[in-house]
Order: sequence, then structure tokens, then C-alpha cells
Amino acid sequence: MRADLEIIQKWIKPGSRVLDLGCGDGSLLAYLRDNKHTIGIGLEIDNQKIDACLHKGIDVIQQDLNKGLGNFETHSFDTVLLTQTLQAVHYPDLLVEEMLRIGKNCIVTFPNFGNWKSRAYIAFKGRMPVSNFMPYQWYDTPNIHFCTVRDFDDFCRAKNIDVITRTVVDNKHRDSAIIRAFPNLLSEIAIYHFARGHQGGK
Amino acid sequence: MPDFLPEDSVGIVSPQRFHFDEPLSLRSGKVIKTYDLMVETYGELNAEKSNAILICPALSGDHHAAGYHSMDDKKPGWWDVCIGPGKPIDTNHFFVVSLNNLGGCAGSTGPASINPDTGTWYGPDFPVVTVRDWVNSQARLADRLGIQQWAAVIGGSLGGMQVMRWSISYPERVRHAIMLAVAPKLSAQNIAFNEVARQSITGDPDFHAGRYRDHGVIPKKGLMLARMVGHITYLSDSAMREKFGKATQEIKEASLNLGRDLRAGKLSFGFDVDFQVESYLHYQGERFSETFDANSYLLMTKALDYFDPSVDYDGDLSKAFAKSDCRFLLVSYSTDWRFPPERTQEIVTALLKAGKQVSYLDIEADEGHDAFLLPVPRYMQAMTTYLNRVKQEVAN
Repeated sequence: MRADLEIIQKWIKPGSRVLDLGCGDGSLLAYLRDNKHTIGIGLEIDNQKIDACLHKGIDVIQQDLNKGLGNFETHSFDTVLLTQTLQAVHYPDLLVEEMLRIGKNCIVTFPNFGNWKSRAYIAFKGRMPVSNFMPYQWYDTPNIHFCTVRDFDDFCRAKNIDVITRTVVDNKHRDSAIIRAFPNLLSEIAIYHFARGHQGGK
Repeated sequence: MPDFLPEDSVGIVSPQRFHFDEPLSLRSGKVIKTYDLMVETYGELNAEKSNAILICPALSGDHHAAGYHSMDDKKPGWWDVCIGPGKPIDTNHFFVVSLNNLGGCAGSTGPASINPDTGTWYGPDFPVVTVRDWVNSQARLADRLGIQQWAAVIGGSLGGMQVMRWSISYPERVRHAIMLAVAPKLSAQNIAFNEVARQSITGDPDFHAGRYRDHGVIPKKGLMLARMVGHITYLSDSAMREKFGKATQEIKEASLNLGRDLRAGKLSFGFDVDFQVESYLHYQGERFSETFDANSYLLMTKALDYFDPSVDYDGDLSKAFAKSDCRFLLVSYSTDWRFPPERTQEIVTALLKAGKQVSYLDIEADEGHDAFLLPVPRYMQAMTTYLNRVKQEVAN
């Protein structure tokens, strides 16, 4: 199983309604359906990934996240997911607002650009980082809105978003005390579970 | 004529006539006392009767959806690209039912049938039938075939509207509702085109207020015009450019021709046919007028105009779907300007609002509204994948 699924699935209530934005081949929704009995719908624009969803029996809507989510009712889902896609959308702030409107709680994962490898790459090479993990050149990357863990923390504060849980892991989705101690420097992937008006500790 | 039958064809098929004696009450308040439905089936119904798929026909579609009636047929049924062994609607696994709807002109009771009350043909007295009435008659056909629940009900355009009505009126009898190139109801522009078609027919001097058979004529010119205007709305601008635009001596690239192929190679400086598109439309209209009944055409366009399942629910389509218990697949086609993707998305939005399980595909296709009838690879692939899941469900 994908390591991020292992982390995310703990936050999903059994039998809940889940919307996965940029659902890819539907493996996350299929996992949640099979293990958590969720009712899920995915949004995806790529034809082959959509076919993979249909193959798994996952409901999928062909829709571009950059064109808004006005077709979804307020609070029509329990959890809205956005995994490894935040950095690729045109208006991350508006999308997060829409997620908060549609879902009772939200989960976002993104690559942490504050990781020491990115910092060192820029510091020593003076070029935008290119790695196996993020293999794109600056001019043809889908990732147009990179941010760091600290940026996203600031964003949540400014937007009055309650972070329920923040998990930071390396690119194999491994958690460790040392990463937790220096999240912005050491984590490669940040996973946020958040809501608005959340009464903490539930 | 097929010299031999392709391996993925259902082969030679013959229609069956089902007679119904139980009167059918129509939405208009009128009643059809007895009626016949012409039906074709492909594949085998399994012992549990769980593998049946209903094909709902579009405006001019009839029961002959797949295969050939004889080796002399020039063309197979109207949806042969989709129905057959190994095709998306796989007759190795599914029992496929296709029919000619009431009011049609391919053998089911319609304006060209004899009215038992008068002993003469119905003509313009045949009651206006609606999508709801059709679906009620289709449910009786299902009863007759012993099918309690369809594995899937599938249709495009006007056929898709019947699928929608099935999911609303008979929620427990549909597992999967597949709607292609469909809208929740017609817009003013759609109705306007239908009205032009109707006026073409009723304005033909040979129409005789619908009793043209008594005069031994048909309103041929009117039907031709109706089909021509309809046909324009089925094709896209790009499809027409492609179809009628070749590279020539003067125009090196086909894309610069804009579909302006000349019929005789030069302009006539008269008012006869100059361009290929004109002669194509004439041919389509001509052929249609020889096979389709004018009164049936009027009825079909009215069924389209009247369709609006939200009328019983304060105009809120999502409420209409409240009891629906099936899974939905909707498909739209990028160049369809009769029912553009946004119109199909209105249904998707209503289904999401109703909390239903729905998948939606927006297919890039140059073929316009007609794309749902054609083997567009991406669309065929999606249908195959989706129906493979249905196949597995039915097998379990």
C-alpha cells in the first residue's frame, strides 16, 4: 500500500463520504472503499487515469480543478482530499476555501519545498531543484505553486483554518522523531488534516 | 451487403412483435387500449435474469440496433459499433433488448397503425406520447420478458432521456443508468429547431392535416427539410469541414478548404446544388423521407420538447433523482452543440446534489452530437471498461 494512504486512512471515518480532488487512478478511493466502506467520488482530467478509476469501479467526474467546484453542494462530503496536487493548481487559496465549503474536514498533502535538499540545491547550484522525486524543469513543470511547511502553517493561521493534525514525512512517507523536530527542514512531504471551526481534540 | 458476417457481429437477427392488451394511460390523459412493440434481442438471458441491458432509441432509432436482417442488407443496425460479441455492450455476456417505441414507424403501434376505434389508420389522431409513457411501456416489456431489474439501461440523446426517466420512475429496476449526449430538458434553441422541422412537415401541401395516406401521398419535401435541419444540428462545424473539405489543386491543405468541396468542380452561378454539403443534406433528407413517417416525426419532436422530469419537483432536478438507486454514467462530446457538455453537466450536478453515485466523461470528439453513435476510441474504451465492471457484478 502507498505509505501516504496508510497515514490518511486513519483520519477517515468508516462509512463516510469522501471527495478526492485529482484522484489519479483511484487507488486511494478504492482502498478507502474496501477498508473503510466509504462512498467516494474522484475528480480527474486525465483520460487514462479516469479509465483506471472506472476499471476499479470508482466513480469519477472528468473536471478541471482550476475551473472551480461550484457543482458541489456545501457540506456534501465528510472529507475532501487533495493529495500531491495543491502545488499544481492555479489558485491554491481559492481551492482550499472550496474544500472547506464542500467538506466537513479536509486533507491536503504537498511536497515541502523548505526541505534541506531544495534549499541546498538552490544555495549551491543556484538552480531550481530537479530530483527523482520532482523531476521537472522550471519551464515545463506542472508544479507552479510550491510552498513550505512554514508557509502552509502561516496560510492556515491567516485563513482561520484549524489544523487538526499535521504529519511530516520523508519521500518514502516515513515518519521519525527527528523529522518531527525539524519539520520544515527535514520533511519532504507534508500531510495536513484540517477544518474550520473545529473544536479541537475530537 | 456484407459478403460475410464480421466476427464481432451479432449476425442475422429477426425482430419479434409483442402484443399488449392492457390499456396504457398516457401523460396527456389519453389511453392507448392495445398496442404492439417491435423488439430485437441479442445474446442470452441468464438463469437469474440479471444480465439484461435495455437500449433506449434516439429520435430516428428503432428496434434494429445491431446485426443484419439478411445478407442483402447494406448496413447493420444503428448501434452496431457498440453492440456485439466482444464489443462494449458485449453480447457474449449481456442479453440486449432493443425496441421501436410507441408512436414510431418501424412496426410498433404508431400513427401508421390501424386505430381499433375507427378501423382506419391513426394518422394525426395518434395521441402525443411522452418519454414517461415510453418508459412505462418499456417496463411492461421487461415484465413480459421476466426481467425484474436491468443490469443497465443505456441511451443517447432522446434515448438518454428515457434512461433518466427509468432511474426516476423505476428506481428499483435499474442497476446502472448510462446516458450519452443528453440534456436534462430542451432549451429554447433546441425547441426552435424542432419547430422549424414541424413547420416544414405541416406546411407541405402533401401533408393534408396528417391524413396524407388517404390521398396516396407523403409530405416528402417537408420531411426532407425536417431531416436536413435536424441533421445540421447532429453534426459539428469541424465534422462538416472534415467531411466535405479535401485538399485540391488550388487549396493545398484540406484544413483551409473549410468543407467547401464543390460538387461539379466549379460554381454554377445558378441556384442548384454547388457544394457537396448541399447534395449530402439532400441525400440524407431524401433517404429519410422514404423510410420515416411524417406523423411519427412530429410525435418524436414533441416528446423531446415536453421532456422535463423536474416539472414534478418544483423545477429541481436533484429532487427528481431522490429515489434513484442506480449508479450513473454520463458522457458528453466536446463538439456537440445540440446538447453541449455543459447541458450534460447540469444532470451531473443534480445527481451530485442528490448524493448519487455518478461518473462523468467529457470526450474530445469532432463528430458533434452524432459522436455517441460512432466508434470514437476514447468513448468506446470507457464504455468497455465501465460495462466490464457491470459484467463482473452480474456474474457474482
